[in-house]
Amino acid sequence: MIEIISWLIPLPPLLAFGLIVLFANRSNRASHTLAIGAMLISWALAMSVFISAVSGGELPVSTEVEWLPTGDTAFNIGTWIDPLTAVTLFFVAWTMLAIFVYSVGYHNYGNARDPEDRPGFPPQAGGIEPMYARFFAFISLFAFAMLALVVTDNLLVLFVGWEIMGFCSYLLIGFWYGKDSAKAAMVKAFMTTRVGDVFLLLGLAYLYSLTGTLTYSEILLNAETLERLATTPSVLGPGTSAAALIALLFFIGTVGKAAQWPLHTWLPDAMEGPTPVSAMIHAAAMVSAGIYLILRIFPLITAGWRHGEPLPDVMVIIAFIGAFTALFAASLAIGQNDIKRVLAYSTISQLGYMVAAVGMGAFVAAAFHLITHAFFKALLFLGSGSVIHGVEHGAHESGEHIDPNDMTHMGGLRKKMPLTFWTFLIGGLTLAGFPIVTAGFWSKDEILAEAYGTNHLAIFIVLALAALLTAFYTMRQITLTFLGEPRSKAAEHAIESKWTMTAPLAMLALFSLTIGWAGIPKGFPVLSSFIPNWVHEFVGATLLEPVESLEFNVIPLLVSVGVALGGLLIGYLMYRRQEAGAPDPLARLGRVYVWIQNKYYFDELYDFLFVRPLFWIAETFVYRGLDRRVIDGTLHGVAGLAGRLGGFLRNKIDLPIVNRSGDFVGEGIKTAGYQGRVIQTGRVQAYLIVGIIFAGAMLSYIFFLS
Amino acid sequence: MIEDYLLSLILFTPILVGLLTLLIPRERVAAIRWFAFLGSLIPLALSIYMWLAYDPGQPGFQFQVQRDWYPAIGASYRLGVDGISVVLVLLATLLTPISILISWNIKDRVRTYMALFLLLETGMLGVFLTLDLVLFFLFWEIGLVPMYFLINQWGSEKGTREVGGREIPARNYASLKFLILTMAGSLGLLLAISLIGVVAGTFDIVEITRIWSALDQPLALLGVPIGVPIEVVKAVAFWAFVIAFAVKVPIWPFHTWLPDAHTEAPTAGSMILAGVLLKLGAYGFLRLVLPLYPAEARDFAWVLALLATISIVMGAFAAWGQQDFKRLVAYSSVNHMGFVVLGIAAAFFAAGTLSADDAVFAVNGAVLQMFNHGLSAAGMFLLVGVIYDRTHTRDLAAYGGLFSLAPIFGGILIFTSMASLGLPGLNGFVSEFLVVRGAWPIYTFYTVLSMLGLLVTGIYVLKGIRGTLHGPLNEKYADTPIEINRREIIAIAPLMVLMLSIGVWPSWIVKVFNETVMRLVGA
Repeated sequence: MIEIISWLIPLPPLLAFGLIVLFANRSNRASHTLAIGAMLISWALAMSVFISAVSGGELPVSTEVEWLPTGDTAFNIGTWIDPLTAVTLFFVAWTMLAIFVYSVGYHNYGNARDPEDRPGFPPQAGGIEPMYARFFAFISLFAFAMLALVVTDNLLVLFVGWEIMGFCSYLLIGFWYGKDSAKAAMVKAFMTTRVGDVFLLLGLAYLYSLTGTLTYSEILLNAETLERLATTPSVLGPGTSAAALIALLFFIGTVGKAAQWPLHTWLPDAMEGPTPVSAMIHAAAMVSAGIYLILRIFPLITAGWRHGEPLPDVMVIIAFIGAFTALFAASLAIGQNDIKRVLAYSTISQLGYMVAAVGMGAFVAAAFHLITHAFFKALLFLGSGSVIHGVEHGAHESGEHIDPNDMTHMGGLRKKMPLTFWTFLIGGLTLAGFPIVTAGFWSKDEILAEAYGTNHLAIFIVLALAALLTAFYTMRQITLTFLGEPRSKAAEHAIESKWTMTAPLAMLALFSLTIGWAGIPKGFPVLSSFIPNWVHEFVGATLLEPVESLEFNVIPLLVSVGVALGGLLIGYLMYRRQEAGAPDPLARLGRVYVWIQNKYYFDELYDFLFVRPLFWIAETFVYRGLDRRVIDGTLHGVAGLAGRLGGFLRNKIDLPIVNRSGDFVGEGIKTAGYQGRVIQTGRVQAYLIVGIIFAGAMLSYIFFLS
Repeated sequence: MIEDYLLSLILFTPILVGLLTLLIPRERVAAIRWFAFLGSLIPLALSIYMWLAYDPGQPGFQFQVQRDWYPAIGASYRLGVDGISVVLVLLATLLTPISILISWNIKDRVRTYMALFLLLETGMLGVFLTLDLVLFFLFWEIGLVPMYFLINQWGSEKGTREVGGREIPARNYASLKFLILTMAGSLGLLLAISLIGVVAGTFDIVEITRIWSALDQPLALLGVPIGVPIEVVKAVAFWAFVIAFAVKVPIWPFHTWLPDAHTEAPTAGSMILAGVLLKLGAYGFLRLVLPLYPAEARDFAWVLALLATISIVMGAFAAWGQQDFKRLVAYSSVNHMGFVVLGIAAAFFAAGTLSADDAVFAVNGAVLQMFNHGLSAAGMFLLVGVIYDRTHTRDLAAYGGLFSLAPIFGGILIFTSMASLGLPGLNGFVSEFLVVRGAWPIYTFYTVLSMLGLLVTGIYVLKGIRGTLHGPLNEKYADTPIEINRREIIAIAPLMVLMLSIGVWPSWIVKVFNETVMRLVGA
C-alpha cells in the first residue's frame, strides 16, 4: 500500500498544473480549487506515509520500474521511504499546504480586478492579481518537483526535481516580469544556482560511471561500494578519493541551491517574487532541497570516516563554508531595512548551521534543524507578507507613497494586526532560539552541543556568535515592525489580513512551538526524563550505522541560552525608541555599516570578475574576433584568392595566350588573304605570266638543281 | 508485401507530390499549400508504420530493397534501415509537414517553393535510407540545390553583408557560403568514395563494411600495384570523410556558414536546416566513418573530442554574444551538435574495446541528441519566425515585455527554450546526460569543459526569453496582435508533445536504437 501511495504523492500537483494551464486558466476559482485540492491530496498521502513510518512500519520501503534502457542494463527509477524521507515529507507537506491556502488571500481573491493593474506588475490597490491562475499553476509545479525530489529512490530523479524547482523559482521570482528588478533577479537566481547544478551533474556523471548506478540503496546503504569509493583515487590524482571528490561536487550543488557563501547573492534578490514564493523557496522547498541533498549523501561525505576521528578534508570544507556562512549572513541581516531581506539573510545563515552540522558529522542535528527551520521560516515569511499587505492597505488608504517593505516606516503594528503580531513573535523567538518553549532552541542547541562535544571549538564560537547576531536582528525586526508607535500614516492605517492568511500563520506557529519537543537531548535536566529523544532515534535510523548521542554538557546549553537572551535584549533596547526618520543606531559603526548595507559589495565584485569579462569573451572575442574576423576572414581570403586566381588566369593566360594565339591564326590568315589580294587582279594576261614564271621555275629546278 | 516497397515509397513520395504540385495552376495558392501539406503527410504516415514494424532485436538492416541501378560501376539501388536511421527518417518526415504548415506566410512563387521543399525532403531521406555509397553521395548533393534556392530566393530581404569592402545582400552571401563550403567539403567525399569503390570493387555499404577494414593488401589499380601503403590510403580517405561530415554538422571551425544560412533562410528553411540537414553529417560519422575506419577513428578520436568541446563552448559563447534572436538560436545549434560529436568521439575511441559499454551510453546519447535537437531547434526557429512575422524585427533589444500581449506564445517559447537548455523533465537533458555519462570515463577533461559550457547555454537561453517576453511592455507593439495563431500552435504542438514524452519516459525511443548502437560499437 505504502508503495503505491509513495508513487502517488507528487502527482496531484502535477495534474493540477496541467489542468490549470490547459483548461482552467481563465477561471480563478477553478485554478485555486484545483491547486489546493491537489495539494490537500498530496498532503493526506504524505501524512499517511509519515504515520505508517513512525508507527513502526517496515523501513525502508522501495519500488522501482525500468526508465531508460542503455546497453544490456537499464536505468530504473522508483520511490524510497526511509526515516529521512518521512520527516521531510512531513514538513514539506504541511508548509506547502499552508502556503497554498495563504496565497488565496495574499493575491486578494474575492476582490474585483482593478482596471489599472496590468499583468506583469503587482496589483496596486488591493485588486485581485491579474495572473492569479498562473500563480497557482506555477506553485503546483513547484510542489510537484519538491515532492518528487523527496520520494525518489535515486539521485537522477532527485536532480530532475531539483532543476524543475530551480525553473519554477525562476518563473516565480520573475512572476511580476514587467519590473526590471524582477527581470534581473530571476536570471540571477537561475544562473547562480545553475553554477552549483552543473557541478552536481558532474558529480552524478562521475558517480554513475564509477558504480553503474545512482540508486540510494546500491550506493549509500552499500558498505562495499562506499568502501571502494573511499579507497579509489579520484581523477584529480591520488591525493583525494573518488568519494571525496564526488561529495565535494555534490556539495557545490548544495552551495548554489542553499545559497551558501560564495553563491549566496541570488537569495536576497529572490525577494522580488510574491511573498508566498519567498516562503516556498526559503522554507518548504528550494533551499531545503539543498540541505536534503547533503543529508542524503551523508554516507558518501563521511565514507571512510568514523565518529570521533579528525575530519577529512571534504568535511572540513563543508563545515567551514557552513559556519562561515552562518556568521557572514547574520552580519548582513542586521543592517537590512527591508523586512523580507532580513529574513532572506537569516535563511542563508540558518542553512549555514545545517551545513556546518553536516560537516561535523552531526547528521541528526542537521536534519532536526532543517525541520524546525522549515516551520518557523515559513511562518516568518508568511507573517512578513501579512505585514506588507497590511501596510500596503494603509498606504493606499492614507494616500502615502512609501515602500511597504521598509521597516523604518512601520512600528506599532501589534495593535493593528494582533494575530500577525503574535504569530510573528513566536516565529521570531523560535528563530532566535528562545529557551525551552521554542523549537529553534532545541535544534540550534543540538548543533552547538555537537560542535562543543566533538571539540570543534572554532566552529562552536563562530556559530555562537552567529546565534547572538540572530537574536539581535530578530528582535530589531520585531521591535521596528510591531512595537513602539507607528512611524508613518501607512502603518497607522494598516489592517489585519483575512483568515486565509492568518489561519496558516496560526497553524505554523503551533508547529514552531511544539515540534522541538520531539528532540530533547538525552540527559537534559528534568524534561528528558519523561520525553524521549524521538528525533534522534527515528531520523538516526536512516543511516547504516546509527550515530551515538553525545553526553549531555551544560556549557553549550548555557552559551546558547545566553546568546539568545542577550541578543534579544540588546535588540529591544537599541530599537524600542526608534523615531521616524532617525538614523539607524547601527550607523554608528561607520564604514562597517556602509559595507553591510552594500552586502560587502559581492554583487559588484562578481559583476567585475565574472559577468563582464565573460560577456566580453562572448561578444567581442568569440563572435566578432574569432568567428567574424579570423574564420570568416580566412574564408573570405580564400574566396578572394580564388577570385584573384581566376582573374589572373583570365587576364594573364586566357586573354593573352589562349585567346590571342587563336586570334593570331585567324588574323594571320586574314592578313595574308588581304595582302595576297593584290595578285588577284582578274586579268588573264597576268595569270598567264604567273603561270609561265612558275612553270619556268619548276623546270629550272628539275634540270639544274637535281 | 508493403514491406518490400515501404522504403521506396517513403523516399519517392515527396518528390512525386512535388512534381504534381507543379501541375496546379500558379494562382491557386491555397490548393498548392494544402496539396503539398497533405502530400507530405503520406511519408510521415509510412514512417510511423515503419517505426512500428521495425524490430529492434533483429540484427542488420530491415525492409531492404536491392535492384540493379548502374552495374557498370558496381553501384546498385539498395535501401535499408537500422535503429539509427529509423529515428532520423521519422524526424525528417515529421519536420517536413510542420515546416510546410508554417510556410503559409510565403506569398511569392508558392508553387516552386513547395516543389523545392519536397525535393529537399527526398534528398534528406535518401541519405538516411540508402546503403550504396554512390547513391549516398547523390542524395547528399541533391539536398543542397533546393536549400540554396530557398535561402537565395525566399530568404530575408533585409540585411547586407560587407565582404572585401563591398556590400552584398545577406541572403546571397549566406546561400553562396552554404553551397560553396558544403561542396568544398563533399569534394573529398566524392574522391574517397571513388577510391573505395575502385579498391573494393563495389559501392555497397554493407559489403564494403565487411571487407574494408580487413583490407591490408597493397593497393592495386586495375591489377597494377601503385606502391602506396593501404594505411595511407585509408587515412586519406578517413580525413576526406571526416571533413565532409564536419562541415555539415558543423564542427568548429567549419561552422561559420551556419549562423549566416540559418539567419537568412525563411523560417521553414531554418527549421529543416537545423532540424534535419545538420544530422546528415553526424549520421555520416556513425554510418560510414566508424564502421569503415575503426583504427583511424581510434587514433584521431581525440581531435574530434577536442573540436566538439570547442564547438560546445564557443558555440555557447557566440550565441550569448548575439543581439539578433534568430542568430542566437542558430549558434545554439553549434553548441548542441557539439554534444552529438562528443558522444561520437567517445565511441570512436572506445568502440570494440573493453570500455565499449561507455561507448554505448555515448552513442545512445548522441543519436537521441540528434533527434532532440531536431525537435527543439525546429521549434525555436518556428517561434522566432512567429515573432518576426508580427514585429518585423529580430533584434532582441527591440521587443520587450511581449509576455502580456502573447501569453500562449510566451508559454510555448519558455517551454521550448527550456527543452533547448536541457531542463530535466524535457528531452534535451536525457540525451546530454547520456553523452556526458558515456564520455566521462573516456574524455574526462573534455567532458568537464563541455559541462561548464552548459552554464553559458543557460545564459543565452535566458537572454532570448528575457529580451522578448520580460520587462516593461514596448508600447510600440501595444496594438499589434502578437499572439501565436491556431495554425502555428498546431504546427508546434507535436514537437512539444515529443519533447515532453522523451523527457519523462525516454525508453520508448531509446529502445528503437539501443541494440543497433550496441552492435555498432561492439558491446
